[in-house]
Amino acid sequence: MELPLTKNIRPGEEPFNLKEYEKAGGYQASRKALRSMSPQEITGMIKDSKLRGRGGAGFPTGIKWSLVPVDEDVPRPKYLIANTDEMEPGTFKDRLLLEGDPHQLIEGMIISAFAVQADVAYIFIRLAYFLAAERLKKAIAEAYDNNYLGKNIFGSRYSLELRLHISAGRYICGEETALLNSLEGKRAIPRAKPPYATTVGLWGKPTVIDNAETLCNIPHIINHGADWFKGLSRSESDGGTKIFGVSGKVKKPGFWELPMGTTIREIIEEHAGGMQDGLKLRGIIPGGASTDFLVEEHLDMKIDFDSLQKAGSRMGTGTMIVLDNQTCPVGMVHNLEQFFSRESCGWCTPCREGLPWVEKILYDIENGRGHPEDIEILEEQTLLLGPGHTFCALAPGAMEPLESALKYFREDFEQHIREKRCPWR
Amino acid sequence: MLTEEERREIKAEVQEFEQKHAACIGAMKIIQRYRGWVSDEAMKDICELLEMTPDELDGVATFYSLIFRKPVGKHVILICDSISCWIMGYEKILKYLKTKLGIELGETSADGKFTLLPIACFGACDTAPAMLIDNKIYGNLDEDKIDDILDKYR
Repeated sequence: MELPLTKNIRPGEEPFNLKEYEKAGGYQASRKALRSMSPQEITGMIKDSKLRGRGGAGFPTGIKWSLVPVDEDVPRPKYLIANTDEMEPGTFKDRLLLEGDPHQLIEGMIISAFAVQADVAYIFIRLAYFLAAERLKKAIAEAYDNNYLGKNIFGSRYSLELRLHISAGRYICGEETALLNSLEGKRAIPRAKPPYATTVGLWGKPTVIDNAETLCNIPHIINHGADWFKGLSRSESDGGTKIFGVSGKVKKPGFWELPMGTTIREIIEEHAGGMQDGLKLRGIIPGGASTDFLVEEHLDMKIDFDSLQKAGSRMGTGTMIVLDNQTCPVGMVHNLEQFFSRESCGWCTPCREGLPWVEKILYDIENGRGHPEDIEILEEQTLLLGPGHTFCALAPGAMEPLESALKYFREDFEQHIREKRCPWR
Repeated sequence: MLTEEERREIKAEVQEFEQKHAACIGAMKIIQRYRGWVSDEAMKDICELLEMTPDELDGVATFYSLIFRKPVGKHVILICDSISCWIMGYEKILKYLKTKLGIELGETSADGKFTLLPIACFGACDTAPAMLIDNKIYGNLDEDKIDDILDKYR
């Protein structure tokens, strides 16, 4: 099985420097792209590969790129941004890629920036990723020293500046328009859409924002072609491999690069070693905190964007969190809503007021002070804070685990309220 | 007054962006790296350099959880309170840290050594429960491990 994304990664060791990365075949794709391919050819190839955005939303990458205006009179500079503000609870895939092979991201960015004819690129990284930032800084300097960044890269007519921006906290910065405000030195509040960033982005200029894992796939598609990339996957609708992860009370929490479309069961039972002794699986959150719970009947589902949507959840980031039969589902949902409530940017009223209310009700239920009518209030909130009623996707995302928990673990909520205590404490 | 180094670094930060204001988050982090936190006086100095008003800058500062507008201890402990760490025993770890340091979340120990703050998931879920001290991640925490780690910083 080919593992393009992680083939250079040696856990616990320093990542490849530029020379080692080149020896392993690195910077061939970017050389080829800049010297002998047109931006349209590259975008076409990415479209054909069925690569979909790995940040959670699954938007087809090639289509996003084709939305960037290419006319001569387009305002400049145009921008490309790598979104590496990974902060979705339970998600740790981009960290692996950044720490493990920083040149892979840089090369992916050179090709992607060329494809949309961007002049300046930023890597937007969260402050807590100290090691990743340090390694990226070093790799960027090496790339500049070798003229793989800067003016006339690889002797072509194309020039690109690449800058590392280290953020200062807050989950909402990962929302791409909030990220733009943050990069402009403002409070990270999402912007109204449309206009979309591809036409009106950073300082009003056309801007493409792609997740780090998405960008890391680009060099491999250029090297081996769209059909090869589709062939890596076990899914009809999505190409490539994916970094999947498992956390919670399994025997071997961790992350693995596997074909897109691998089943949940295979990931949990084979790669994560199954549940810890004496514990049973009760549920999983498949793709980070803002995705719906799935339960045992879903274990044989393939993980790809469309399959999980059919099951009423989302693939999200592909890093799952496992709920065992000794952990309280109400406490778990409370923890999730506490996170979302704290991370609300406060801009729109339903999110600013609704999430703390939800969090408080869950806290009371978990601590033996719940009322029978609370379940109804929570259900109502999942509608009031649902899609279409808030300024951005934060609150609707927060409602996904709550709504599904009320469906699958309703008896647990009722027991807490009836017995006025948490049965697990 | 900004030091020469601080001024130089902030000016370099300005070069990274199309507009001056964009450097303000970086500027506050530069100050914080040298002084631990960002005082009112430092805020005014940054404003002068970046042509901003103090209110404008404070609006940005107070949005970001990792810009400190109050003094902090010599070391800042950021304990992850998100879901994977919660499942793996965050509450127990937090209780132990609070007792050991004699402080609540948001406070600084009496000896000025440690400030204890919560942080959202920082991607150490495979080694949960985890915390950050300054720039370093510590995972698979238990009470003994915390004793050893804190001893290193004393």
